[in-house]
Amino acid sequence: MHRLYKFIVPIVLSLLILSACAGGTGSTSSGGTSRNLKFYVVTHGPSSDPFWSVIKKGVDQGAKDMGVQAIYEAPPTFDMVAMSHLIDSAVAAHPDGLVVSIPDPSALGPSIKAAVTAGIPVISINAGADVAKSLGILVHIGQTEYQAGFAGGQKMGAAGVKHALCVNQQVGVATLEQRCKGFSDAMKQVGATVKEIGVNGGNPTQTQQTLEAALQHDPTIDGMLMLGPLGSLPAIKALQDLNKAGQIKLATFDLSSDVLQAIKAGQMLFAIDQQPYLQGYLPIVLLTLYKTNLNTIANDVLQTGPSFVTADNVAKVIQLTAQGTR
Amino acid sequence: MSVTTGERMVRVSPLRRLLVRPEMGAVAGSIVVWIFFAIVAGSSGFLSLRGTSSYLSVSAELAIQAVPVALLMIGGEFDLSVGSMVGATGMIIAILSAQYGWNIWAAMVAALIFAVLVGMLNGYLVIRTGLPSFIVTLGTAYILLGATTGITSIVTNGLTVVNAIDQAPGYSAAHAIFATALGGGQQFPIEILWALALVAVATWLLLGTSFGNWIFGVGGDAQAARNTGVPVTRVKILLFIGTAVSSCLLAIILDVSFTNADVLRGQGNEFYAIVAAVVGGVLLTGGYGSAIGALFGALAFGIVEEGIVFAGVNAEWYKAVIGLILLLAVLLNSYVRKLALEARR
Repeated sequence: MHRLYKFIVPIVLSLLILSACAGGTGSTSSGGTSRNLKFYVVTHGPSSDPFWSVIKKGVDQGAKDMGVQAIYEAPPTFDMVAMSHLIDSAVAAHPDGLVVSIPDPSALGPSIKAAVTAGIPVISINAGADVAKSLGILVHIGQTEYQAGFAGGQKMGAAGVKHALCVNQQVGVATLEQRCKGFSDAMKQVGATVKEIGVNGGNPTQTQQTLEAALQHDPTIDGMLMLGPLGSLPAIKALQDLNKAGQIKLATFDLSSDVLQAIKAGQMLFAIDQQPYLQGYLPIVLLTLYKTNLNTIANDVLQTGPSFVTADNVAKVIQLTAQGTR
Repeated sequence: MSVTTGERMVRVSPLRRLLVRPEMGAVAGSIVVWIFFAIVAGSSGFLSLRGTSSYLSVSAELAIQAVPVALLMIGGEFDLSVGSMVGATGMIIAILSAQYGWNIWAAMVAALIFAVLVGMLNGYLVIRTGLPSFIVTLGTAYILLGATTGITSIVTNGLTVVNAIDQAPGYSAAHAIFATALGGGQQFPIEILWALALVAVATWLLLGTSFGNWIFGVGGDAQAARNTGVPVTRVKILLFIGTAVSSCLLAIILDVSFTNADVLRGQGNEFYAIVAAVVGGVLLTGGYGSAIGALFGALAFGIVEEGIVFAGVNAEWYKAVIGLILLLAVLLNSYVRKLALEARR
């Protein structure tokens, strides 16, 4: 019969280890709450992604400053099925407020509506500006992607670019398509053309090769807009490889240390910054104010972008990225 | 042992007989993680109806793919194309119904035929080339994903998500069959019944038919099975068709409930399905395992995936917890298997 104990030992062990896991992390997120409020933040961006880590930092700081508990959840990859389940679970945990990003309204809409129906105040961030109101969301905090792309197109058009590439590092994401659409519409207004190409954002070498091939295939290209910062370093390398640095104007959506260094070094014209820190910090503040003081925002969309990082302000922004808030 | 008693006649205690079932590890694992989260997160909604619904639907979606994958693995092969198959068949349905105005049922039949053909191709390639199915189906997985993305982009003029499936003719009937919520609001989607039905069929196949014996046979030793007259090629091709068709079923359920399709949908499922099957006691080398085990593997998975949300653990820990559970389950299973061998002596 002693074998039965052996059988039970791993189970007990697993219990112990699991409780150590949960206890360890649970205490850090609930530490120092003065108001008894619990908010869930469910997004499509894992906090291991540099962009979303800034949002997470905003969430954490907001929770600390407001004295509330904020739990950040995201599927490890871009997965709307998993994300809808995460929202369902967050709703079932009856929180005092819910923050969501809505990259796919059809897939996530029903889960978000269930939250609103259950009486949970919901704020959307980052993606979903166009559907937030119809879902019954208090306010959307973020950048309207089409307008941001449009502003980027105007800026690039003003820099004299005639034939641009729109480089998509994650083909399949609707918001990235909107950025590209806005960009090419603005470029069309000044008589410039835009071609979209997809690259594998997870693989820098491959991205560089794809870009080099595209640039060699069409030597008239004189501008490139990256839809995310992942492709920036490979793009700079591709331009250097082809001895086209300086001839082809380069710009990107969103910041990274590579992007900022490139702007500082004059290799990159500008970066379109949607200020992710605000998208993490503000919803926590607004939900707290809604719960404690019934304050609301009158606008449908609270715009955090587009703002531009150029050679003029890059030095200051670099200082701020060191603390992880830009 | 007396001379007159054959080894099959040895009395084995009922407890031990229960313990040596392949699914035992996953059943125990599911109970353990459920109790754990009931204690840690019971007060924050894990035990509520909505909470129960949330992990059951995650588990059901996983089980729909994991159970046929378990059958295939018992038959000695892997299928890494099941993730891409969800995106591909889902997109076929979406494009035909929302883009070209087909009746949604006709679109589903087209997707189903496509799935059967790809399953046959997978099986045929594996058998004819003699290459490991791990590599062959990885190839078809990439082809499916790439071709789906490319063709969708051409047909829809640059999109990768196709919406408005609910505008297609026949949608309301499809919604009733594939996406009804059995509880109030959005709770307890009907996919849970689909998963249970699939497990019932798979278990009957494995344990109640000669086809089931063939599956164990070809997984244990294909050559020996062939020598005893088992149609190895046919069995394996049918198993590959099974994984492809079940992925198509999941795609139908997701298409109908989300009213859209996404080329990336299902990516990563291929590994989750294998994990669920292995946690459920299926041997990576084939020849051993059960469909019920895969169901409980999926259940344990779903409980953990949603349980950590209720526990208020930040999502970055999720993969670490899943990895830990996988390792523990495999250790538990190998121990139980050792017991099983001793019990037979």
